[in-house]
Amino acid sequence: MPEGIPAMPPLKSIAVNVNISVNGKAYAREVEPRMLLVEFLREACDLTGTHVGCDTTYCGACTVLMNGLAVKSCTMFAVQADGSEIITVEGLEKDGKLHPIQQAFGDSYGLQCGYCTPGLMLSAHQLLSENLEPSEKEIRKAIAGNTCRCTGYMNIFKAVELAGRNMKGA
Amino acid sequence: MYPRSFHYHRAGSLKEAVSMLGQLGEGAKFLAGGQSLIPLLKLRFANPEHLVDLNFVPSTSFIKEDSEALRFGAMTRHAEIEHCALARKIPVLHDCAAGIADVQVRNRGTIGGSLAEADPSGDWANALITLETTVHCLRSDGARTIPLKDFINDAYTTALAHNELVTEVEVKIPPKGSGGAYVAFKRSAPVYPSASAAVQLIMADDICQNAAIALGCVGLTAIRASEAEAALRGRSLDDKTISTAAEAARAAADPQPDMRGSADYKRQLVVALVKRAIQIAARRARGEQFEGTHLYA
Repeated sequence: MPEGIPAMPPLKSIAVNVNISVNGKAYAREVEPRMLLVEFLREACDLTGTHVGCDTTYCGACTVLMNGLAVKSCTMFAVQADGSEIITVEGLEKDGKLHPIQQAFGDSYGLQCGYCTPGLMLSAHQLLSENLEPSEKEIRKAIAGNTCRCTGYMNIFKAVELAGRNMKGA
Repeated sequence: MYPRSFHYHRAGSLKEAVSMLGQLGEGAKFLAGGQSLIPLLKLRFANPEHLVDLNFVPSTSFIKEDSEALRFGAMTRHAEIEHCALARKIPVLHDCAAGIADVQVRNRGTIGGSLAEADPSGDWANALITLETTVHCLRSDGARTIPLKDFINDAYTTALAHNELVTEVEVKIPPKGSGGAYVAFKRSAPVYPSASAAVQLIMADDICQNAAIALGCVGLTAIRASEAEAALRGRSLDDKTISTAAEAARAAADPQPDMRGSADYKRQLVVALVKRAIQIAARRARGEQFEGTHLYA
């Protein structure tokens, strides 16, 4: 134990029951209160499309929708999402057909390594659910909480614009 | 990263929350939006044995206009304030709410939590200290109201007792002829600002009747730059007057060098931010619309 860090007695916390709808499916699980929402999705629900990037509320790789709003799932406990509706990247595709946002990211080359892409698509989802014709400034503001280290963002802006156009036309 | 284990308690009302915290003792903490607390827990800078979750308490998120004041429920999320037309009655509030971190953090973080956390780099305290702001608090032996200037005493230190929480933030609507602006400079969206400036002016016939200027992230708490305020009072806001005030603000700042920049750099930033905030506030006092006050590197 490094000097200056007081030894903490171990604490066995009482597990809590949660019932969370993820992509329309109910997941009833018993979890430790300290379990983060992102760990719940990846480990308790086996939905590994939601990524852990920085784990410090910076990069947005863990972004999911909670009741329609983008949140960083590394900065919430699973127990706080009890009773709510979560959408992850796995919930975007419907009946084997890609969501227009997914299609647009592919068509615009809006990804390279793809690690940040699930989070970016869900931030784009919140934006486009409010406004299908966002300006470039609005797109920048909407995805400012998502870090991409590959693309330089230009093709991501194009992807979000294209997705909005296609969703408007649909 | 996992925080240390804790016991989880879900409060059904604010009254129940304060009585829970009283019973659980010093090892218990309230959990509001969690955007400051959960990162601290994950780094194990904070290791509470019990968390009392306020997120399921009904009717704690609201924005109301009431006898010349706007009232914000403590659990009102930054994003709700950002998108609320009523909050635009006091432009500095919209500036602040719309620029805190990023969309995801604004969807979770709360105005009451931000004030109770009293992070020296937090946005709300600095914006609200230029207005007549009162913090409504509750503990088991009753409610009380504390003017914001007496609420935050030091970095991470407020007037709140351990088993006391914020229920509401009340902000008086400034008089006619007022204009305000909150300008923060951030290296990127998700981070705390490197420095910020809040300005609230009362103008009549292009003469400044009264001014409030506060500086954020350059001291242990938000700093009121009283000499900078005095430099504006009774004057028309020409470039020379604004420069004099900005220089006085530079002297009032007390920044620490850190990863966001040296102390001199931050003082220079304060000069630029105060100038810009005064200019925007003066334009708004004349009735002009102005959007987009947050600056990114």
